[in-house]
Amino acid sequence: MTTIFDLPRGAETGGLFPDPDVPAAGIDGLIDRTLLRSDPPRIPNLSEPAVMRHYTALSKLNYGVEDGIYPLGSCTMKYNPKLHEDLARLPGWANVHPLAGPRSAQGALAFLHRLSALLGGIAGLPGVSLQPVAGAHGELTGMFLFKKHFEERGELARRRILLPDSAHGTNPASAATAGFTVTEIASNEAGMIDLESLENELDETVAGIMLTVPNTLGIFEERILEVTEKVHAAGGLCYFDGANLNAFLGRARPGDMGADVFHFNLHKTLSAPHGGGGPGAGPIAVSEPLVDHLPVPRIEREGEAYTLSWDHPRSVGSVHSFYGNVLVALKAYAYLLQLGDDGLRAVSGDAVLNANYLQERLKRTYRLPYDRRCKHEFVLSGTDPGEAVNTLDIAKRLIDYGFHPPTIYFPLIVREALMIEPTETEGKDGLDRFAEALERIASEAREQPQLLHEAPHRAPVRRLDQTAAARNPVLTHPLDEGDA
Amino acid sequence: MRYLPHSAADRRAMLASIGLSSVDELFSDIPRAVTDAFRPLGLSPRSEQEVFAELTELAQRNGAAGTACFLGGGIYDHYVPSVVGHVLSRSEFYTAYTPYQPEVSQGTLTAMFEFQTLIAELTGMEIANASLYDGATALAEAALMAERLKHRGRIAVARSLFANVRRVLDTYCWAGGIEVVELPYLPSGRCDLSHVPGDVSAIVLQSPNAFGVIEALEGVKERVGDALWIVSVHPLSLGILAPPGAFGADAVVGEGQPLGLTMSFGGPLLGLFATRAAYLRQMPGRVSGRTVDAAGNVGYTMAAQTREQHIRRERATSNVCTNSALCALAATVYLAAVGAGGLRRVAELNAEKAHYLAGRIAAIDGFDMAFSGPFFNEFVVRVPGDPAELHRKVLDAGILVESPDSLRPYGLDDALRIAVTEKRTRAELDRLVDALRGAT
Amino acid sequence: MAYPSEYRYTKDHEWVSIDGDRARIGITDHAQSELGDIVFVELPAVGNAVHAGEILATVESVKAVGDVFAPFDGTVVEVNEDLDSSPETINSAPHDEGWIAVIEFSDPSAIEGLLDAEGYKKLIAEG
Repeated sequence: MTTIFDLPRGAETGGLFPDPDVPAAGIDGLIDRTLLRSDPPRIPNLSEPAVMRHYTALSKLNYGVEDGIYPLGSCTMKYNPKLHEDLARLPGWANVHPLAGPRSAQGALAFLHRLSALLGGIAGLPGVSLQPVAGAHGELTGMFLFKKHFEERGELARRRILLPDSAHGTNPASAATAGFTVTEIASNEAGMIDLESLENELDETVAGIMLTVPNTLGIFEERILEVTEKVHAAGGLCYFDGANLNAFLGRARPGDMGADVFHFNLHKTLSAPHGGGGPGAGPIAVSEPLVDHLPVPRIEREGEAYTLSWDHPRSVGSVHSFYGNVLVALKAYAYLLQLGDDGLRAVSGDAVLNANYLQERLKRTYRLPYDRRCKHEFVLSGTDPGEAVNTLDIAKRLIDYGFHPPTIYFPLIVREALMIEPTETEGKDGLDRFAEALERIASEAREQPQLLHEAPHRAPVRRLDQTAAARNPVLTHPLDEGDA
Repeated sequence: MRYLPHSAADRRAMLASIGLSSVDELFSDIPRAVTDAFRPLGLSPRSEQEVFAELTELAQRNGAAGTACFLGGGIYDHYVPSVVGHVLSRSEFYTAYTPYQPEVSQGTLTAMFEFQTLIAELTGMEIANASLYDGATALAEAALMAERLKHRGRIAVARSLFANVRRVLDTYCWAGGIEVVELPYLPSGRCDLSHVPGDVSAIVLQSPNAFGVIEALEGVKERVGDALWIVSVHPLSLGILAPPGAFGADAVVGEGQPLGLTMSFGGPLLGLFATRAAYLRQMPGRVSGRTVDAAGNVGYTMAAQTREQHIRRERATSNVCTNSALCALAATVYLAAVGAGGLRRVAELNAEKAHYLAGRIAAIDGFDMAFSGPFFNEFVVRVPGDPAELHRKVLDAGILVESPDSLRPYGLDDALRIAVTEKRTRAELDRLVDALRGAT
Repeated sequence: MAYPSEYRYTKDHEWVSIDGDRARIGITDHAQSELGDIVFVELPAVGNAVHAGEILATVESVKAVGDVFAPFDGTVVEVNEDLDSSPETINSAPHDEGWIAVIEFSDPSAIEGLLDAEGYKKLIAEG
């Protein structure tokens, strides 16, 4: 793949910025020479047509949501409404400096306040912070709240977080970053938390539990109320990872299930785009005991006006430069306004219908380790031990059929896992074509396994050598001396 | 519900295939006690047209958007070339997922590789990651990395960090059990490095700092012993300023918003993180690495993934998963569009206009530069009379200047911080001077 | 690949080759095959004290990290520095040139808890 460093260079790039309209002495007269660069940075000077051609060509190498189904489990790659993109580009949203002061940003503060109220309503919890800018960031903030809570109560022995063996990797990573150790709880044969194992772990060293509801197998924890009751009875708190909110939007609230902290992924459930890896937004909703620990500044209302309040001495501090990813929050807000209560319910309805429809069809061809009604996603075992191909081969062959592969090798408790989440924005014909591709690939695996081993054949690149990339990482383009 | 493709017939057929007659039956696994407790939001659905009207009207209540902006603090009102928005609005870029399947993500991975190269080059470092959330959390992650490497339980930071960055750093360090000690500032505005503690995991400087003053980076490396030397930068300033890497910094972080991002009321932003190649295994965040495919062609893939949470879990270098990828793309396109030549030109404009304004303000009776140190595009002036009253009058004149309260944490009660970018015209600069003069 | 009968094995898939009061340790062929292409080995420092059950070294492939546990208490006296430049040796020769570290141990009874070759082969067959 060509990079900008491979393009012909040395074009005249003036014309973006005006000439100085103030008396200009040149930089040497303003700033001491010892502080200045001796050489310019080796960034190529390219014409605008060359830049546009290059990035347009790169974009065509990507598979986006507009290209087809993106069935990544627990990612909720639903359609990204275009209204939201247009709104985010309005100068009235884009050109506001965060330190403008409440007087000059009433529109922004108003919608942030209203969105906080709506998110609190969806969670069924009284306090909300929009500061976390990713799910993992919300998890970390939640862990900070746990820590502050127990510190204030003098319960410093509570250093352990419990989590199921099906947990997403960010859960233990977030707990560890906040200074906790993690203990895994086994799942039972039904794919749910083993209550006896849970009980065995609950003591005065436990700070709480981190759960995903439904879990990463797409299964709803039927005894969720018992789980949270037991943890609370033992003096712990309950963190709910909201990555799978699409499964029960408009039908159930984490606050009613015993959650103390719940994070949203606005770039999943609430339709904001994924951006190739970000930016996202991971706001949190919290129960009453934790409200005073929420990050500052808080967005508050005084009569008709909105303000930023710093007067919260029991706050954990701040986790973001300012107020979170405001433009991402704007997209989620517009989504909620369009959907309304009925729309939210319809979203989870079709999301779960689509997943069960696919599961029913595909379990005839692939092994379904947990054969029961799923929620918005389900996990297959791509292959069995001893077979000629593995799940990676199946995933790469799907690319040849024009589909983005599902999540592979997660959750860890299913061997050769294939985690599929179609979302509600896939039509029936799209689902049928996707299922048909997987069925044909299963036949190919038996009759022509080599085809899968060498897949993809029809992507912009063939299968990439990740071993070489890991053994000898090349993370920058080698720049030459005369490269400016 | 036009985002939902199914017809009623579709739903019936699908339900029939799974032996059910209604969608609601699919939710019988949620405990009754929970579904009974559910309360809707009380929100009726609205049309796209209505939502567009409502949120456009609300946007108009952000008076800041159309006002001459002299605010800084890490976020600046820079000109964003049109190409940036056009590249970002290609749906293959903005709707794509994290590039875990590299064969269908070469666009994202190639752009990441370019970004890493550009940031490493700008900062004078060997490697850079593909972004973190913002400059504040990037600094916090650098402090955590230093602690992982040195295990001293303490870091020393310049008092002259931006207050919001310092607040985030303090929060992360509290959670990580890391003590933060402060290094004072000198009358020049620069950090006082005469008594650098010897038993710290890291020394943290910001340059230009919260006063806009450019630190003297020469000779610092020798003073920090074997602590990790971390510098937080303004990336646009590196178009003309010598980068920390040239002076031996161990890690360089910063807020990348000035590189092609709108101000967006503070988010999304762009965390920059660059460091030595030797620290790759300890560096947080995603990276794209160059490799070859089965046909021998050059391609890109996520590299060094075993550092990350999806593999290492509680032993990961960081919990970061989603980062600021699309904003990193914006910065990449911005730098490609301006080139080294354009970057130098825009940085010079910033410095020239800021120095012109500073000179004119300092010439007003009762106004002085608060610090003697050199500056780039931001500076602090001491003001006469009641600073709050002065500030209010400037706002009333339709000009955005930061509240003097923002400088109180630094022990400055009578000062204003002013930032100038290439977008501030001479007329706007002169109007601010007139407003300040008239307000006293 | 054969599992040398003179070695001992752990249930965590390490092999142990005893020579007097020194034990040479590596990971088994089964372990390297499960991990895939090894890309990096984090070796302990010579002179470090280790305790039974603690992590002695880590072996990374592209997609996984495998912990190598110390089978007993002792001191690290030698490490295989060739693995810094050629981690793939663990894949091609896991039982000999792919050795990871040598521990000097003080308590000879520690060896008794280890499996023999037959016992290990049975363990991996039961999977």
